[in-house]
Amino acid sequence: MMLADARTLCPQLQVVPSDPAGDLAFLERLALWAQRWGPWSAMDAPDGLLVDVSAVAHLFGGEERLLADVQDRLAAQGLAARVAIAPTAGAAWALAHYGPPAAILPPGADVAAALFGLPVASLRLDADVLLVLRRLGLKRVGDMAELGRDAVQRRFRNRRSPAANPLIRLDQLAGRVPEPLLPVLAVAMPLVQRRLMEPIRHRPLLDQVLADLAADLVRELEARGSGARRLELGLWRVDGEVVLRRLELAAATRDAAHICRLFAARLDDVEAGFGIEMARLSASWAEPLALAQADLEAAAEQHGTSLAACIDRISVRLGAAAVRRPVPRGSHVPERAQGWASALEPEPASQHMLDFHARPLKLLDSPEKIAVLYASPDGHPRRFSWRGGVHEVARVEGPERIAPEWWREKGHVRLRDYYRIEDGEGRRYWIFRAGLAGDGRGTDRNGGIPDWFLQGLFA
Amino acid sequence: MDLSSLPRASQLVPDSNAASRWRPGLARRQGRVLHSEIFAPSHEAGGVACALALALDDLRNSGDDRLEERPLLWVQDEASRKKTGRPYRPGLPPELRHRVIHVAAKGAADALFALEEGMRCRDLACVIGEIHGNPRELGLTASRRLSLAAEKHGIPLFLVRHDAKRDLGSARMRWEVRSAPSPRGCWNPAAPGLPSWHADLFRARMHPPSEWILRDDRKALVAERVAERPDASTDLSPDRSPDHGDLVHVAGAGSLAAG
Repeated sequence: MMLADARTLCPQLQVVPSDPAGDLAFLERLALWAQRWGPWSAMDAPDGLLVDVSAVAHLFGGEERLLADVQDRLAAQGLAARVAIAPTAGAAWALAHYGPPAAILPPGADVAAALFGLPVASLRLDADVLLVLRRLGLKRVGDMAELGRDAVQRRFRNRRSPAANPLIRLDQLAGRVPEPLLPVLAVAMPLVQRRLMEPIRHRPLLDQVLADLAADLVRELEARGSGARRLELGLWRVDGEVVLRRLELAAATRDAAHICRLFAARLDDVEAGFGIEMARLSASWAEPLALAQADLEAAAEQHGTSLAACIDRISVRLGAAAVRRPVPRGSHVPERAQGWASALEPEPASQHMLDFHARPLKLLDSPEKIAVLYASPDGHPRRFSWRGGVHEVARVEGPERIAPEWWREKGHVRLRDYYRIEDGEGRRYWIFRAGLAGDGRGTDRNGGIPDWFLQGLFA
Repeated sequence: MDLSSLPRASQLVPDSNAASRWRPGLARRQGRVLHSEIFAPSHEAGGVACALALALDDLRNSGDDRLEERPLLWVQDEASRKKTGRPYRPGLPPELRHRVIHVAAKGAADALFALEEGMRCRDLACVIGEIHGNPRELGLTASRRLSLAAEKHGIPLFLVRHDAKRDLGSARMRWEVRSAPSPRGCWNPAAPGLPSWHADLFRARMHPPSEWILRDDRKALVAERVAERPDASTDLSPDRSPDHGDLVHVAGAGSLAAG
């Protein structure tokens, strides 16, 4: 039903936009919080949690009291929950979704027999498998057991994934097959902060605070054996405003002086107002960085910066998109054969380029239109004018025909005939004619006269 | 006594004399030239190609294996990017293709900042800059600053100046480069051949001014001398009168910083 239709029927309808990513993040936090009831927990997206409560129920005074505690605490958070305890994860899931409220299956009970009355949907199967089962007339878990294993196995013999094979799910339910779960682990972000006695309003003091923070953060990172890739500096002002500065680094670093220097360029426009009373520095993205021997050779310290530090400094001033490295891309169209990757990224694996044809040293951002004088429309060019200068063609090689990529471009894109040109003074260019006379792909549909373009400059 | 059997005057100048003529491969003897400026017109790629060829010549002759795989920083300001395009990887010299890190700066001030940061970096093989015209930021002071940074950290800078006047600068070698007609290839004489450049070394601290036709034959930089006078015969037969061009400059034509 459309939202407008629903509103017509029920004008008091409340509408909230869906937020799957936010829900998932919330579930993640909830899974961590749920570790109060067991040593580890796993997410069952989009709306379930699995907590291992083996041998912990006595801490809460028995399994009934444990379930009651879970329900109370979740209700206090405003969450409606169905809970169950069973010897296997599959059985607990089935009971929580389709069993009686707060069901408890004691250890040692016959799991399969206890769950025979539940619908087949409690086996955590895909929708199409459920459809097949329904068409076969299998409605309850018990129906399948009556049918016999061979019959089910014959029907689903080429299904490998547990969610598509009812037998695997049945075995998981009964505990005959292991079912590994992915536990949720809390990783704390390296974070340091300073609360200041007096709000600071001047830049030298802020620099001092930043240096202290950076030193603290470096110690924190060192303890974990990691280095920061992204840093966030938050400055809380007296009037409640927060100033945020974010920094990305080309390589993991643990160098306090480097961090301070990079932030110094970003702090010039901080408005202190009535003063800053708290500063917090966090590394929201950290990568493992092994502890290294400090450089004993003094010469190395005087002798400039490392490549990563150099790229950091340049990209802080010019923007991260300004420092890049050309990488080959799989295309035969010249302007697409080169892509740009960030400077320290390892080069993507690619096929070696075949050097059949010479390629220019530099490529213009977009081909520039030139006026060409030629003897015949599909012959060699004789003379062309570009940017107001006239170039007599002394030597020419071509044409090298490059067809458009039909799988990427529209049908009216014309092929290109490339020529390597050397003019009378030795200047070398790469020019092309877009299309052929009479190919029916020009701007006027009956095949306009092809245009000429200059695209590259040879060495 | 046959005159031609005697050594030429220019050969008698001892090697230790710094004021000898420039030639390719000097990096092996005298170390790399740390700050070169190359003036070139912006409607051709000859200037940049020549800068790359000179950088490659330095790298090949530096005798330092560690330079082999170090990256190269290539800084362009916006006007150079618009007028001469961006580096195109399939067309770069094969030794440098995978080593280029490109910096797209907006104005000359940003480009100079990136150049200086690049020269401070110990992990780079060399720095190539392209700056269009004569921006106010690139005065004698900025030029001197670049020279000092290059000397302090030993990373060479090749600064290509597109469409620029020869203003004051402290580069150790200043070239004026334009494309030259290429030699005829043996397979297809009608096609453009090996790229050649006409390079005029008009100011150098260690060398007298000289004019060259340079080309890079993939193994080494090849330099042919251009005759000083246009009317001189171009054939280099041994019975030509000895060329004393060198000695004139030995006396003290060491260049001033200003060009």
